[in-house]
Amino acid sequence: MLRIITGYGGLLLSAMGRTLLLALLGLFFACIIGLFFGIMSVVHSRVCNIISQIFVDVIRGVPMIVLAFFIYFGVPYLFNTIIGGFSVTLTALQAGTVCLALNCGAYMSEIIRAGIQSVDIGQMEAARSLGLTYAMAMRRVILPQAIRTMIPSIINQFIITLKDTSILSVIGFPELVNTAKNVQANTFMSFQTWAIVGVMYLIVITILSRSAKMMERRLNAGR
Amino acid sequence: MPADDTNNRSMSDGTGGKGAVRIRVRDLKKRFGDLEVLKSISVDVHEGEVVVVIGPSGSGKSTFLRCLNRLEVATSGLVEIDGVDVNARKVNLNKVRENIGMVFQHFNLFNNLNVLDNMTLAPVQLSKCKPQEASLRARKLLERVGLADKAESYPHQLSGGQKQRVAIARALCMQPKIMLFDEPTSALDPEMVGEVLQVMKNLAADGMTMVVVTHEMGFAREVADRVIFMDGGYIVEEGTPEQVLLHPSEPRTIDFLNKVL
Repeated sequence: MLRIITGYGGLLLSAMGRTLLLALLGLFFACIIGLFFGIMSVVHSRVCNIISQIFVDVIRGVPMIVLAFFIYFGVPYLFNTIIGGFSVTLTALQAGTVCLALNCGAYMSEIIRAGIQSVDIGQMEAARSLGLTYAMAMRRVILPQAIRTMIPSIINQFIITLKDTSILSVIGFPELVNTAKNVQANTFMSFQTWAIVGVMYLIVITILSRSAKMMERRLNAGR
Repeated sequence: MPADDTNNRSMSDGTGGKGAVRIRVRDLKKRFGDLEVLKSISVDVHEGEVVVVIGPSGSGKSTFLRCLNRLEVATSGLVEIDGVDVNARKVNLNKVRENIGMVFQHFNLFNNLNVLDNMTLAPVQLSKCKPQEASLRARKLLERVGLADKAESYPHQLSGGQKQRVAIARALCMQPKIMLFDEPTSALDPEMVGEVLQVMKNLAADGMTMVVVTHEMGFAREVADRVIFMDGGYIVEEGTPEQVLLHPSEPRTIDFLNKVL
C-alpha cells in the first residue's frame, strides 16, 4: 500500500486533477444545456417542448458508454469517412466533455423543468400582470425561487457526473480509473490500487457533498 | 397609448358612469375545453367608477376579470382598455398591463424578494423610473397602506392582511389607471378582512377605476358605484348597490342574496 502511495501517489493525484477538470468542464456545459432545454420544456410553445423532450429522451435512453464511443469514434468517422472531405479529430478530453455535458445536461434539464414547475403559477401571473415580460419574470421571480428547490437534486447530479467520469476511461482519457489501471498493471497490486482509488473518490465526493450541504443551509437560512 | 376618447361617452349605459369609458367589453365569450365559462358578457367601466362583481362560485367572475388583462385569452368578443383591443394580434400587451394593476386572492407576492423589491421590481425593470425614485414611491405607498415598517420584510414574515396590502401597494407602484381585484379578502382570516377593505375604500375615494370581484356585500353596498351579479356565464343583473342588493328583480339574484346575507 505504502509503495503505491510513495511510488504512484503523485501520478494518481494528477489523475484525480484531470478527473476533476473533466467533471468541471462537463458540468459547466451541462448547466448551460440543462438551463436551455429546461426552459425550452416550460415555455408556451409546443415545438420547443417537443424538441426538449426528444433531447432528454434520446440522451436518457442511451447508456453513457455508448454515447462516449459514439462521440469519440462515431462522429469523426461520420465526417471523415462516410461524408468524406473532413479531417475531424477529437481529443479524449473534448469528446469526454461533450459526452458528460450532454448526459448530465439531459438530467439537469429535467431537474430545472421540475424546479420551475414547482413554483406557484400565481408568481408568474402576478409578474405578468405588472407588465413584466416572460423573460424578466423568469429571471427575476421564477428562477430564483426554482433554484432553491432544485439545489439538492443538482448537487446529487453533480456527484453522479463526477463518478461518471470514470466511464470515460474507455475512450482513453487519463482520468483516475484509467491511470489506476496502469498502476495495477505495473505493480500487480490490485487490492491496494483500487482501495486507494476508492478512498480518493470517497474523499473528494464527501468534501463536495458536505460543502454543498453547507451552501444549501446558508441559502435556506436567507429566506 | 391613445388618450381617453371622449366619444366613448356615447356608449354610457345609463348606470351613472362618471367619465370616459376605460374598459369596454362586448359579447365576451370564454371556453375551457367543453366548458363555456363566459357566455356573453358586455359591460363598460367608466373613469373613476367602482364596479363590484358578485355571484356564486363558478359563475365566471374571476375568468371575466382575468380576461380584462388577458391573463385568460378570450375565446371571442371584444375587450378594450382605453380603446386598445387587448386581444388584437399586434397589441403590446405588457404596455397595456402596465396600466392595469391586479390583486389576487392568494396575494402572489414574490417570495424571493422583500417588500420593497416586490414593489420596485416592475417599475425599475420596465424603466418607468429610477431605482431611488421607485423606492421613494414604494415607501410612500407603504405608508398609505400602514406598512411603512415592513419595507425590508420578506413575504413569509407578513400576515395575510399585510401581504394583501403590500400586493395592493405593489400594483399601485406602477401607477396604474385601473385596478382589478380578484377576491382580495377570500383567503384572509376574518379579523384581517377589514384592514384590506379599508385600503380599497381609500383607493376608491381617491377616484381609482376599480373592478372588484368579491363576496363582501358590505363593501359592495358601501363603495360600489355599480354592482354586477353574474351567474352561469351571464350578467344576470346590474345596477346601483340599492337596486341589485336591496331590491333585486331577478329570481337568481334574490336566491343568491338570500344565501349569502
